[in-house]
Amino acid sequence: MDDLLQEIEAFCARNGLSETRFGELALRDKPFVSQLRTGRDLRASTALRLRQFMAEYGVNPPVSAALPNADRYPAGSAAFPHRHLTGVAGLAPWEILFLLDEAEQWVDLNRSASKRDDRLRGLTIINAFFENSTRTLLSFEIAGKRLGADVVNMHAAQSSVKKGETLIDTAMTLNAMRADAMVIRHASSGAVQLIADKVDCPVLNAGDGQHEHPTQGLLDALTIRRAKGDFGKLTITICGDILHSRVARSNIHCLTTLGADVRVCAPPALMPTGIEGMKVTPYSDFDAALDGADVVMMLRLQQERMSGQFIPSPREYRHLYGLTLERLAKAKPDALVMHPGPMNRGIEIDSNVADLAGRSAITTQVEMGVAIRMACLDVLTRKARGLEGWA
Amino acid sequence: MSMHAPLTVTGGRLVLPEGKPQTGGLRCEGRRIVALGDVTPQDGDQVINAKGALIAPGIVDLGVFAIDKPAFHFGGITRAALMPDQSLVLDKPAAVRFAAQSGKPDLWVHPLAAATRGLEGSELAELALMRDAGAKAVATGRRWIADSGAMHRLLSYCAMLGLVVIAHAEDAGLTGSAVATAGEMATRLGLPSAPAAAEALAVARDLALAELTGARLHFRQVTTAASLDLVRQAKARGIAVTAGITPAHFMLSDIATSDFRTFSRLSPPLRSEADRQAVLAALADGTIDVIASGHDPRGPEDKRLPFADAEPGMAGAETLLPLTLGLIRDGVIDLARAFQLLAGNPAALLGVEAGVLGVGKEADLVLIDPDKPWLVDSGQMAATAGNTPFDKLPVQGRALRVFKGGVEVGK
Repeated sequence: MDDLLQEIEAFCARNGLSETRFGELALRDKPFVSQLRTGRDLRASTALRLRQFMAEYGVNPPVSAALPNADRYPAGSAAFPHRHLTGVAGLAPWEILFLLDEAEQWVDLNRSASKRDDRLRGLTIINAFFENSTRTLLSFEIAGKRLGADVVNMHAAQSSVKKGETLIDTAMTLNAMRADAMVIRHASSGAVQLIADKVDCPVLNAGDGQHEHPTQGLLDALTIRRAKGDFGKLTITICGDILHSRVARSNIHCLTTLGADVRVCAPPALMPTGIEGMKVTPYSDFDAALDGADVVMMLRLQQERMSGQFIPSPREYRHLYGLTLERLAKAKPDALVMHPGPMNRGIEIDSNVADLAGRSAITTQVEMGVAIRMACLDVLTRKARGLEGWA
Repeated sequence: MSMHAPLTVTGGRLVLPEGKPQTGGLRCEGRRIVALGDVTPQDGDQVINAKGALIAPGIVDLGVFAIDKPAFHFGGITRAALMPDQSLVLDKPAAVRFAAQSGKPDLWVHPLAAATRGLEGSELAELALMRDAGAKAVATGRRWIADSGAMHRLLSYCAMLGLVVIAHAEDAGLTGSAVATAGEMATRLGLPSAPAAAEALAVARDLALAELTGARLHFRQVTTAASLDLVRQAKARGIAVTAGITPAHFMLSDIATSDFRTFSRLSPPLRSEADRQAVLAALADGTIDVIASGHDPRGPEDKRLPFADAEPGMAGAETLLPLTLGLIRDGVIDLARAFQLLAGNPAALLGVEAGVLGVGKEADLVLIDPDKPWLVDSGQMAATAGNTPFDKLPVQGRALRVFKGGVEVGK
């Protein structure tokens, strides 16, 4: 029996489990390990069960048991009954909360020493980026690798897209290579949906044109929840180029669905028509929009997306819409400052605001990004991995 | 002259320019209608019993982008006015002459001359030469002529030649690369969009120039409440202007783009529901004169793309008739007016002696079962491509037999 005890101790150390947690997961018997150490009787069948549990643990971890609030969602795949993640629009509040809760465990893992989990071992994830990206691509790549998947990146710049191959042909080619999940970014709104309708594996939208960037919306929600708690009491101001921003759209869907009061602020040329229909209050006066805000989310001035002149100059834009320390004082004293990056320091946000200790959540957003993407990759591949309740 | 025997159709219901359909038939000889009403076949006539079907003038489709005979035949279209936006632009007499021949023997093709060389919108094309080569009107093509000076010269020149100018009304500066109408739907989808006022701006300018020059102006598609009001006022002032529409803009609003379906990517883009209602009102009160198909079949290489990257246009020839008949069922218009919109008015605009049933008119006819139900299926269209936003829509009304110049087509 000492052999088994040693095995269990080594297993717990390897997987970062306490002995009571091990007992709970394996046998629903928290004091089991300590009792075993003090000479508890052990049947051969129980020993077999324990060895089986340990052998299967990395391959098929008991996910729902790991989730702290498992009782808040429907069981199994009903908690997130979608094949793809093409947008936040249309997700129910509990589906968003489920993804946020799933991500919490990965925040913890990413902060630990080992940073490894093997649940996606053997799966191939293709990151197909038809538009340049550094941080989102890196974030998805790290997320996939920390879960043990084989991650392959395809950049449009070095692909046959340049040779005139259509988007669907490219997607079907990737599909034929039997990807287990695809992460797609494209410059045209709706492009990811188009691919999702054609391929056999789950598709994650990493940004399509000016439509949606769902993982950004989710990671921002996670950042806000960890800092501020209940969304129902929060006023969140999103300021910048709303017209061209998919980040703004995903955040609007996400935060309004979770019950926050969302304000959007932009000069008229950068404010889309009919935005009130998305349950937000539009402002053109930044000071008024900041008044009493709990969270201030600045967007990047996307000069590369602008055809024609939308603002007279970056200097004038900063004059009206730059987040300075003086302006930030109009928001609540503990207001959180966010920016999806990359920042134009000195235009939409001043350096001393971006680097304000205790207030700026900009690097936290990046950290939450990896955790959210791990959660999304895990959840969307559960069906293919045949998890109980998801297959 | 005709090698074909005279044709007598009996036992139908004649669709006349006014009033309810009249029981009877008609007799055609030498391409033309020679008797109408209570006719008796003569010796040697080919006699057809219409068995109660409507006998209507063949549809005159004003402004198609492709000659697609099977689709036109299916849709009861006997004449198609071809837009100058072809791979070889219709901006030279030879191209016009060639296009005018392309429908023979079973379809009339009336080429529309390109207003400017290469449809670039700056230099006038050889309009008189093209008129004499068979062009029935002049068109600006898919695009607006942005240069007001060029448009002014075009309209005054066409007034002199007696040619109708068919204009596309969208202010290009405001439209830019937009693929949708500004509004909540475009905002949610993140599609590049332009305000609906882009159309009213263009209509207002062209109306002012038409009034100035006395030119005969036709807007191929007028799709917004504001621009329909402008047309309504201009008509009241006596300006020689007419307006057209396609079924997409009286059937659909921008909601139809909600799943990024590129078959709903049209030019001009689909409008708000309020604008669609204004179109229906304009159909009812006579502000709109022409319903056309805008037939523009597009294969997967143009349509299986992200929404903003896809080409605009729909294959509309087959659905033109049933969707227009739907307006009668909805109480918007009556049958006589439906055929003014589909045939009489466009024929008058092109200056061809067709489009109405009358003694001496060309015997272009279509027999129609107005109640026959069928299902639009983009996978099984007669057109060269199935890009219809009406896929799986149940409709009623179908062309049974089509005649051109008193001779049955497609036999």
